[in-house]
Amino acid sequence: MTCLPAQTEKKLGLVIDLDTCVGCQACVTACKEWNTGGHMAPLTDIDPYGGNADGVWFNRVHAYEHTTERGGRTVNFPRSCLHCETPACVTVCPTGASYKRASDGIVLVDEDKCIGCKLCSWACPYGARELDTDVGVMKKCTLCVDRIYNDNLAEEDRVPACVAACPTSARHFGDLGDPASAVSQLVTARGGVDLMPELGYKPTNKYLPPRAHTERAAKVDAPALEPIRAEGGFLGWIDRMLSN
Amino acid sequence: MHPAFSVVFFTTATGAGYGLLALLGVLGGLGFVQPEIWFGLVGMALALGLIGAGLLSSTGHLGRPERAWRAFSQWSSSWLSREGVASVATFIPAGLFGIGWVLLGGSGGWVAVAGLLAAAGAVATVCTTGMIYASLKPIAQWHSRYTLPAYLIFAAMTGSVLFNVLLQVFGIGSKGVLIVALLLTLLGWGWKLATWRYNDRLEITTTANTATGLAGGTVRSIEWPHTEENYLLKEMGFRIARKHSAKLRRIAQVLAFALPAALLMIAFALPWPFAAAASVLAALLQFAGMLVERWLFFAEAKHTVTLYYGR
Repeated sequence: MTCLPAQTEKKLGLVIDLDTCVGCQACVTACKEWNTGGHMAPLTDIDPYGGNADGVWFNRVHAYEHTTERGGRTVNFPRSCLHCETPACVTVCPTGASYKRASDGIVLVDEDKCIGCKLCSWACPYGARELDTDVGVMKKCTLCVDRIYNDNLAEEDRVPACVAACPTSARHFGDLGDPASAVSQLVTARGGVDLMPELGYKPTNKYLPPRAHTERAAKVDAPALEPIRAEGGFLGWIDRMLSN
Repeated sequence: MHPAFSVVFFTTATGAGYGLLALLGVLGGLGFVQPEIWFGLVGMALALGLIGAGLLSSTGHLGRPERAWRAFSQWSSSWLSREGVASVATFIPAGLFGIGWVLLGGSGGWVAVAGLLAAAGAVATVCTTGMIYASLKPIAQWHSRYTLPAYLIFAAMTGSVLFNVLLQVFGIGSKGVLIVALLLTLLGWGWKLATWRYNDRLEITTTANTATGLAGGTVRSIEWPHTEENYLLKEMGFRIARKHSAKLRRIAQVLAFALPAALLMIAFALPWPFAAAASVLAALLQFAGMLVERWLFFAEAKHTVTLYYGR
């Protein structure tokens, strides 16, 4: 049913650190690689080698220039499903294909029930859902539900593919419903925020804002290079030739 | 938002069809319009034909139309599912009313009950259509108090203009119906102008700052995650140039409101068959104008996901 569970036992989700994300796209490709063979497979590509490459991706990394009175900086910004507490994408679904799991709060699509009406993608303010035009159904991030409970994987690998791939540890996975969990404490310590909180979707995933500009930065105003003393021999000849 | 023609046609056609069905159900069922076989057949065929064509067109929008029957299951949470249930449920009293009023030539009694239920179903279905759009928070132009009344007003407007066509063509034109159709057309015009005025002054609180969680200052998109347009941009990132928007607004107003209002006034003054011709022309122009209006309803709506792309 597309009615939401009153509450979920866990609130599994991601914490994304905008301070350390370097925009390398490793999480993007790891996500595509795992999920094109996973629960929502395939992540169809249309015209992948042509001039109009298009396709389904669950995770996209944007880059922004954030300018304040303290100066500007580049912020790499991974965007994927936030597994909201009150996801309108689920309640608008007319077929029951979209659902939020009562056990862990993961929002999923049952591809066999989806009619591809696109309404869930209209209802999601974050652009988390993408229609697979080849199969005719909606697809979205599964929080790697087929990894995190997978007994065939070593325990340390039972995290979403994007988290496992991140080389700078900018992505963290855990239970955000448990205030004692590592991710919850990280959110508290770093002042993690919700995206578009004014819309009231109560996203589970949190974003850690870039750390404040520091006043203790290294001095970079080193003295200018001095003119080189004229040398003899071969190097002197090169110096004279280049000076002409 | 991308204006898919299947959805533009669907909402316009079913709006007119349900408006006409509601008027036939109430006025026919209660005996204000006497049952007459050809009048009834043409009227019900026009109403149910518009509704049926619209509903069929809407399935053209689906990725997997063969599974459309599943959309009747989630009426407890989904306005789209409610629309499906209401639209199909309305066919039952509408069919009974058609049999009683058109074929058996009766009014009052059970025919009146069926007619009133069909009218109630028509109003309910139009409400569910309006609520599909009005309930979408990421689209500020739709998530407003103007959306639901607009769907109801436009259904009543196009339905009454069609009802007037029926009466005029069969030579039983009514000055009262003409006046109602004219007043509803003017009301529709006013409502559309008020909606545009509201949308043009809309101060949307969701910005690139709240979308990215980066507080203060400005947030400028410097690189997309992909080089070509993806599903999100094709579906939700549709843009229309301001100059075209202004021109299309004028076209919509002329076709949907101004010319039909003028033609209805002409029909008021002229005798049959000129009044009938003016009425038919008014309905045709208004339908074309409403298609433009509905196209703009989509094209001018801005989804919050566009903020991530700096649009």
